[in-house]
Amino acid sequence: MNSNTAQKTDADMQPEQGTDQYLTFCLAGEEYGINILKVQEIRGWSEVTPMPNTPDSILGVINLRGTVVPIIELRSHFGLPTTRRGPTTVIIVVKAGDNDGVQRTVGMVVDAVSEVHNIMNTDIQPAPQIGDAAERPAVAGLATMQERMIILLDVDELMINGVLNLTSGKTAA
Amino acid sequence: MSMDLSEFLDVFLEECFEGLEVMESGLLNLDAGTDLEEINTIFRAAHSIKGGSAAFGFEHISGFTHVMETLLDELRNGSRQVDRETVDLLLASVDLLKEMVEGLADDQVPDESRIAELKTALENALKTDSPTTRDKATQEASPTPEQTSEISCWKIRFAPCADLYREGNDPLRILEALAELGELTVVTDSGKLPPLDDMDPTTCYLQWEATLKGDITEEQIREAFIWVENNCSLEIHPMETKPDTTPASAPVASVPSSEPASPPIVEKKPVAATKETKTSRESSSIRVSIEKVDLLINLVGELVITQSMLNQVGASLVQQGGPESEALLTGLAQLERNTRELQENMLQIRMLPISVAFNRFPRLVRDLCNKMGKDVDLVLTGEQTEVDKTVLEKIGDPLVHLVRNSLDHGLETPEARKAAGKPEQGRLELSAQHESGNIVIRISDDGAGLNRKKILEKALENGLISDKEELSGERIDNLIFQPGFSTADKVSDLSGRGVGMDVVKRNINDLGGTVSIHSHEGQGSTVVIRLPLTLAILDGQLATIGGDTYILPLISIVESLQIRQENLQRMAGAAELYRFRDEYIPIIRLNNLLGNSGGTHDLEQGLLVVVEAEGQHAGLFVDRLQGQQQVVIKSLETNFQQLDGVSGATILGDGRVALILDIPGLIHLFHMKGNQPAALAVAS
Repeated sequence: MNSNTAQKTDADMQPEQGTDQYLTFCLAGEEYGINILKVQEIRGWSEVTPMPNTPDSILGVINLRGTVVPIIELRSHFGLPTTRRGPTTVIIVVKAGDNDGVQRTVGMVVDAVSEVHNIMNTDIQPAPQIGDAAERPAVAGLATMQERMIILLDVDELMINGVLNLTSGKTAA
Repeated sequence: MSMDLSEFLDVFLEECFEGLEVMESGLLNLDAGTDLEEINTIFRAAHSIKGGSAAFGFEHISGFTHVMETLLDELRNGSRQVDRETVDLLLASVDLLKEMVEGLADDQVPDESRIAELKTALENALKTDSPTTRDKATQEASPTPEQTSEISCWKIRFAPCADLYREGNDPLRILEALAELGELTVVTDSGKLPPLDDMDPTTCYLQWEATLKGDITEEQIREAFIWVENNCSLEIHPMETKPDTTPASAPVASVPSSEPASPPIVEKKPVAATKETKTSRESSSIRVSIEKVDLLINLVGELVITQSMLNQVGASLVQQGGPESEALLTGLAQLERNTRELQENMLQIRMLPISVAFNRFPRLVRDLCNKMGKDVDLVLTGEQTEVDKTVLEKIGDPLVHLVRNSLDHGLETPEARKAAGKPEQGRLELSAQHESGNIVIRISDDGAGLNRKKILEKALENGLISDKEELSGERIDNLIFQPGFSTADKVSDLSGRGVGMDVVKRNINDLGGTVSIHSHEGQGSTVVIRLPLTLAILDGQLATIGGDTYILPLISIVESLQIRQENLQRMAGAAELYRFRDEYIPIIRLNNLLGNSGGTHDLEQGLLVVVEAEGQHAGLFVDRLQGQQQVVIKSLETNFQQLDGVSGATILGDGRVALILDIPGLIHLFHMKGNQPAALAVAS
């Protein structure tokens, strides 16, 4: 368990008014970003205990210092082809809150983390409507950084409504 | 104000329920014999409910309790004898009060007419004896003139401590309360007031002197000060002189700058005896929210896991040898001992005596006996046996059901008992004790016992058994726990409430426990409930299934065996059965059910773990068994959601997560999905 807590390394870059910090990561050549306040830690890949009768995108659970945390394969959740885990493969552990304010800790497997960007709220544009808008509700918007597009994800929406399907009223402990 | 108080409401409600419980059990004890201390306890409980509800502005409760309190007061000072009617009336009042308090949570007020009815009944009871009572009261009270209400004028000196405000008390409210009692004249003594610059606005510098005129008892005055009693020096003196007396001529000369600590404390004497016992009880325990305790238990659970990880690392280090290895080993052994002890003691904190669950039975049995015309002596033993709070909460309803059953079906009427040559008074015993890491609760009666013939008939009728089966007496008795079974000849008021013995069994199984019944016709029956002491820890059997480690609850395992080809049977193509002691049980291939394709598929290579759940046996096919160990249960729901067939997870000594299998859930899952992939694998 070599957890390298590399979070907020660029913390000295004080965000200005109307600016949020985003942690960006790579997934099949695409670049995604999530609000850094949602990130609890980043840890190296470790063996996962599989769970029965769950979707393929849910790999299983790990022991995070005594807490049982589910791990999501983001590639398969987004319908991207899965690859072998490489040396840069990491688990980003995020805190996602649902509407009732219940916080859940969830880990997501990404190809690699890249960096932390300050993004002005005014620089974020809404994602264009392609096909069924309900299909990708977790995309909060798009931003451009050094000529590259970053897809900003809404972590709460992604984890609670998208991946864990907790709103289907099964269990809302 | 009500907004500020709302956060204390939960505490208030909890205290009310505790108080009501105390009152109820106290009243039931009064039946047996009058004990002054008992009456005092009841009185105190009633008094604090009254005080609390008045503070929250629940007038219907405080008003009602006040009448009860008056009646209790008469019992207390001996001016009224304790008789059955009074106790019945008070018990009924406690019930109503409980309803009222329960109603507070969801803003419901119970039927006003019922409150009024009982209140009148209480008032009538007070009136009926009143002439004699009054006489007696005055006679008895005459040595202590302060107690009587003859004095029409009181002088009160109230010197609060500096932190009165910080304790959340407002002197104005107290004075207002006094003003309600009678004609009040107040003189404020501001002699201790410092210069404005030095003044701390949260400190109380003022003292008051008040003259109160009217037909008032000292008790009533003290009541107004009940919240600040310990935070002030309070002097209450009767003034026998004319109402016009000025404060200056009062027995205590007003000394404007007198130290608040110096006035005599002797005044507190009348209540001192009861007060002392109360405070000593309060200081011996603290109220902590269960979440905090659970957090600590979780942390200790982590510590245990870390410790077992260290042990493994340490063991391998020692094998490599080294100068310090001996010391390392000693240290690790000590760490292990300490963590175990710490864990055991932590779990102790969540433990409560089983009497919390048993307490309701004296009342229940009394009421039911009255209703059914039976005479039953309830004996409780082992009430101090401790069990986890969660287990305790969930065992209450099944116990009530079993006790009702015993009273309804088991114990006979006095006439029938006499005819059967038994003592007229029946005996119902509830006992609890610890047995090898479990708590065992026995409910035994000396009633008629189970009628095996009737049970067999019913079971045949309902198709639970076939008429060819030869069943032992025990098995017949335990048929009553099968779903769809009712032993009641006729549905009475007490039985047939829609909760069968199968529900009792299921509830107990949900807690990881077992239940069985032993009966002797004509001599009575005993129900034995075996429960784990805690829900935080589970005795688990580690098993490898499809290459991964899972945990099976040890309590559901009947036995584990090597599969023998000659006992294997097939039914209707897919289903595989195993002949286990004259019984055909389904084989559940766990690797397929859990979607785990690894491991062995050849039945003869693996093991069959025979489990029992919901009255049926099933064989779980696993690769192999590992050791047995106690595991700390972690909920999957904290960060994920509940899964069919999995009751939770735990962390093994090597830091990996292992899932704890839920046997009834697995069987249910198996019924829905079957062994489909397995059949294919075998066919190929």
